[in-house]
Amino acid sequence: EDLSGFSRICSPQRGKLDKTAGTSSIEIMDVELGYSLQPVSLIALLPHAHFLLHSLSPSSCLAMCSQDIRNTVGNIPMEWYKDYPHIGYDLDGKKIFKPIRTKDELDEFLDKMENPDYWRTVHNKMTGTDLRLSDEQVDLVHRLQQGKFGDVNFNEYEPAIDFFSSEVMIHPVTNRPEDKRSFIPSLIEKEKVGKLVHAIKMGWIKPRRPKETAPKYYDLWAQEDLNTVLGRHKMHIPAPKMRLPGHEESYNPPPEYLLTEEEKLAWEQQDPEDRRVSFLPQKYSCLRAVPAFSRFIHERFERCLDLYLCPRQRKMRVNVNPEDLIPKLPKPKDLQPFPTTQSLVYRGHTSLVRSISVSPSGQWLVSGSDDCTVRFWEVSTARCLKTVEVSGAVKSVAWSPNPAVCLVAISYGETIVLLNPGLGDKFICSATDQLISSYEEPEESKEQSVQWTIAEGSDHEHGQRLILKHPKAVRQVTWHGKGDYLACVMPDDNSSLQVVIHQVSKRRTQNPFRKSKGMVQCVSFHPIRPYFFVATQRYVRVYNLIKQELTKKLMANCKWISSMAVHPGGDNVICGSYDCRLAWFDLDLSTKPYKMLRHHKKALRGVAYHKHYPLFASGSDDGSVIVCHGMVYNDLLQNPLIVPVKVLKGHTITHDLGVLDVAFHPSQPWVFSSGADGTVRLFT
Amino acid sequence: MGGLQKKKYESGSATNYISRNKARKKLSLSLADFRRLCILKGIYPHEPKHKKKVNKGSTAQKTFYLLKDIRFLLHEPIVGKFREYKIFVRKLRKAYGKGEWGGVEKLRENKPAYKLDHIVKERYPTFVDALRDVDDALSMCFLFSTFARTGKCHVETIQLCRRLSVEWMNYIVASRSLRKIFLSIKGIYYQAEVLGQTITWLVPYQFAHDHPTDVDYRVMATFTEFYTTLLGFVNFRLYQTLNLVYPPKLDGKGETELRAEFEEDYAMDSESYLEKLSALSASLARVISSAEDEEAELDHFPVEGDDMEKMEAREKAQQEQDRQKKLFEGLKFFLNREVPRESLAFVLRCFGAQVSWDKSLCIGSTYDVTDETVTHHIVDRPSLDKQYMNRYYIQPQWVYDSVNAKMLLPVEDYFLGVTLPPHLSPFVEEKDGDYVPPERLKLLALQRGERPEQDEEEDEEEDEEEEEDDDDDNDDGEEEEEEAEEEVKLKNMEEKRTQGKAVSAKVTPGKAKQENRQRLEQEEKAEEKRLAIMMMKKKDKYLYDKIMFGKKRKVREANKMAAKRKALDEASKSDRKKKLKK
Repeated sequence: EDLSGFSRICSPQRGKLDKTAGTSSIEIMDVELGYSLQPVSLIALLPHAHFLLHSLSPSSCLAMCSQDIRNTVGNIPMEWYKDYPHIGYDLDGKKIFKPIRTKDELDEFLDKMENPDYWRTVHNKMTGTDLRLSDEQVDLVHRLQQGKFGDVNFNEYEPAIDFFSSEVMIHPVTNRPEDKRSFIPSLIEKEKVGKLVHAIKMGWIKPRRPKETAPKYYDLWAQEDLNTVLGRHKMHIPAPKMRLPGHEESYNPPPEYLLTEEEKLAWEQQDPEDRRVSFLPQKYSCLRAVPAFSRFIHERFERCLDLYLCPRQRKMRVNVNPEDLIPKLPKPKDLQPFPTTQSLVYRGHTSLVRSISVSPSGQWLVSGSDDCTVRFWEVSTARCLKTVEVSGAVKSVAWSPNPAVCLVAISYGETIVLLNPGLGDKFICSATDQLISSYEEPEESKEQSVQWTIAEGSDHEHGQRLILKHPKAVRQVTWHGKGDYLACVMPDDNSSLQVVIHQVSKRRTQNPFRKSKGMVQCVSFHPIRPYFFVATQRYVRVYNLIKQELTKKLMANCKWISSMAVHPGGDNVICGSYDCRLAWFDLDLSTKPYKMLRHHKKALRGVAYHKHYPLFASGSDDGSVIVCHGMVYNDLLQNPLIVPVKVLKGHTITHDLGVLDVAFHPSQPWVFSSGADGTVRLFT
Repeated sequence: MGGLQKKKYESGSATNYISRNKARKKLSLSLADFRRLCILKGIYPHEPKHKKKVNKGSTAQKTFYLLKDIRFLLHEPIVGKFREYKIFVRKLRKAYGKGEWGGVEKLRENKPAYKLDHIVKERYPTFVDALRDVDDALSMCFLFSTFARTGKCHVETIQLCRRLSVEWMNYIVASRSLRKIFLSIKGIYYQAEVLGQTITWLVPYQFAHDHPTDVDYRVMATFTEFYTTLLGFVNFRLYQTLNLVYPPKLDGKGETELRAEFEEDYAMDSESYLEKLSALSASLARVISSAEDEEAELDHFPVEGDDMEKMEAREKAQQEQDRQKKLFEGLKFFLNREVPRESLAFVLRCFGAQVSWDKSLCIGSTYDVTDETVTHHIVDRPSLDKQYMNRYYIQPQWVYDSVNAKMLLPVEDYFLGVTLPPHLSPFVEEKDGDYVPPERLKLLALQRGERPEQDEEEDEEEDEEEEEDDDDDNDDGEEEEEEAEEEVKLKNMEEKRTQGKAVSAKVTPGKAKQENRQRLEQEEKAEEKRLAIMMMKKKDKYLYDKIMFGKKRKVREANKMAAKRKALDEASKSDRKKKLKK
């Protein structure tokens, strides 16, 4: 029954498949396993050799049929039957029992060693039996493994018949008659066309109009409505127009607009941004010779960039007449008298003259120089009356302001000498000598930092009376208005002993400050009240000598104060500084300068006020003395009037030093200046 | 007190400005689109007064837009079109990728397009505003119209630019509003006065451009897009003011003439029409064929005083202008083939001349070389074989110089083969202290009606003058020398005295020193000024110094130019003399 069923299944196909015997095995297999297997590709099946069992030609199949047991469980994992005695069911639904003897490893090995057909023995999982493949089967396996057709007789390279060639055959490929619909017009299409025709007839469908590419222009500003001018138009900042070209851009410019060789070279070396003209002027003899401008597109493009990228800002152009900027000041002519011309030159010093001083009578002038001499001059004739040699460069000289004594303080090195020049009134001179000699030593002598000695011998003959030995080099001496006190400066950065005040009548020395506040540059007494001005590098401190306290600290706003002078009224101070500035302080107004003058080109070295006239002068390293009118009003509401009135020049600049000191005549509007060229000059 | 503490940068100028990136994000546009929008809408960055405040304390470089401007952009319909365009490009790319050629064609047909009419109206609410801004538009259009049609930009754009520039030139010819021309090394500058607005534009010389690589043509194209729209509307309106037909048509007479001659030469009528127009040799058709010269004469109002003077000045200027407009009236020009035809035809027609050229050179020539009535023949070559007796052969510069001088200059200086006088810029207006080239002075004298004397005589005169100047200088020098001498003497005396030597006391008769009172006064004033300058405030001093520096530089430059010119003239003179001697 089995067989007949099988052949029945096979037989209708055999005839059909004869032609392509190569595929027959697969077909058969499919048919056979139809109920248990999905069609699978041949290659995938290859390793499962047990299927080959069924892929035999029917004749061989028949031979094996006697022992053929079919398992009907299908393509399931056979492990499921692991624990059962049977392995599935045959076609009749009876259990197929597993073979009784199961092979162990040893059996397997022995089998491998002994059985010559071991290599062609295949285990059938479905039935649990071993199968020995016949020669034919082995051959088939080999062929399939090599990718050949299973059937030996199949010729895969049979000549192909090209049905669909370019040659039109007289007969159709198929003999099938044409459909009827192929020669009857389609009703649906007819209906569609009809609809379209109708739509066109009715004007519902119009042919596509060619697109207009050319822009249309019309009168855009036909109704100019002022309401359309918005606020933003008023705020709009129009771009500046392109600069109009000058003569130099001409193709045939006047010859002076062409660049010379050097200018051309300089132009080429400049950065393109720095150039004043962006092109090289060129000259062509005729219009015909003018070439194209190579940067034309560039320039237009840059203009475009400017138009949309450049930030715009409305800027008010200052149309200032420079004359209006100059302050309106009273004419110097109306502010006379002031010194205008150089009238006398006092020559004699061989080195720079550091300091000068005028006697209170105005008849004599003393000057101290780096050539270690002090010279006394008669003011009106420029005659040197007396020369005193000292043992060091003279730093400072000061004539005692007391008209009843004739004393000059001279500082050199660490010494201050009080000197009686013996000039002028004999009585006064002798009175001075008497005054000094009449000193009586106090009973209890204190230990002093300064040593007072009386000059003797030749020194005395030269006029020296008292010699004060200091611990440090003395830079400046200055008298109090009464002529009894004498202040001297020993600049040192951090010592409390920088300023000492001597009292000549009592030969006493005081150190007013306990603490250093910076390097002291110069000091000055207040002309009327008991105030004391101390200028450090940046500040001027005003001390009350009686109360012994700081009353004011003036900020000079400059780097390094060089000199200071106090107005005879006492309420105004001027400070000269090494950074070319002169600061005028009004003590009643503020601690900051009332006015800052930057009229000198170089460092200021000396400043001075006139005793009576509203004048002050400043001497600087640029070799000039500037005289200013500095009127101080009694009315507190009116600020001082400062007008520069004259620039006096005369000193030659030596070693970068010009004027070192200035001093006014006590009664006349004359100014003395001493310079680094070794001269003292009088301007009247 | 109480109340919330005010936060920084939440009011005031910090909120009025917006940085570019933020603006871009607010509009959600790409940078390229933002740029295009800004160009089209005329939005530009603003420089805030207090940059640090606006930049929230930072001093970094940033460009700021006004927030109001950006808000204004938000409502622009064109922004939507930009997005549509972006989508269109994407679709097109997709269609290309898929090879759907039918789809591509369909997409291309429905390419989104936008119009800029409303933007023009919005940016320039009145016509005069538009005219004021037309300079750049013209320069750009004239540049684009000279581009080769090789793909740097769309051919349609180039054609449109050409059309618009031809229309503009035709208008200028019809209205005779050209005022100044300048041949520079960059191109030709034209200046016209249209409805009271001075408009200057630059036209490149007719050469092929070598396109630079570092120029973004997209930016230029966007500008051109706007400018063509603007210029089209401006042209329309201008044609309307003159009762001319727009788009321009040649008037009947000219048209028939031209047609008769050139019908067979030009197949494409539409293209040849533009060429005919650009030939500029025929006048345009009018809507109403009225009497041509119907100029509004200035009405006379009874006025007094200052107004009277102004009125007179205005009248005078008007008369001068009328005269200039008819400068070349009645003259007949013929252009040789090497001269720039378009420029010369344009200029000559603007001032009422008749102009023609060789038939083979360009369409639109009206008469031949052989015409006996030709008065001027413009040639730009050293010599010409066949010359007619009854006409001047001149170089093209004569035309331009004559226009700038507002008078017919003597033709002698511009004959064939003659070294041309320098071509001066008509745009320079000399102020006091500026350097004025001598040619300009000569021209001014000519304009005033003074007859130019012979050159050599003038030179001699100049020489004399110079000598006189030298004398003056010498005088000054002498005085100074005298002073110096005296000082030396005094010094010697002083030295002798100080050295203790007996000075030979000798009294010499002193010279009465003449005090130059004027000079003294001047010196006094100068010193006063110097002293007053000392008292200036620091700020004022700075400003003053800056102004004075500028002034001094100007003077220095002018002096340098004058010296250079003098040296050059002397060199050339000596050359001439040498030649004469030989």
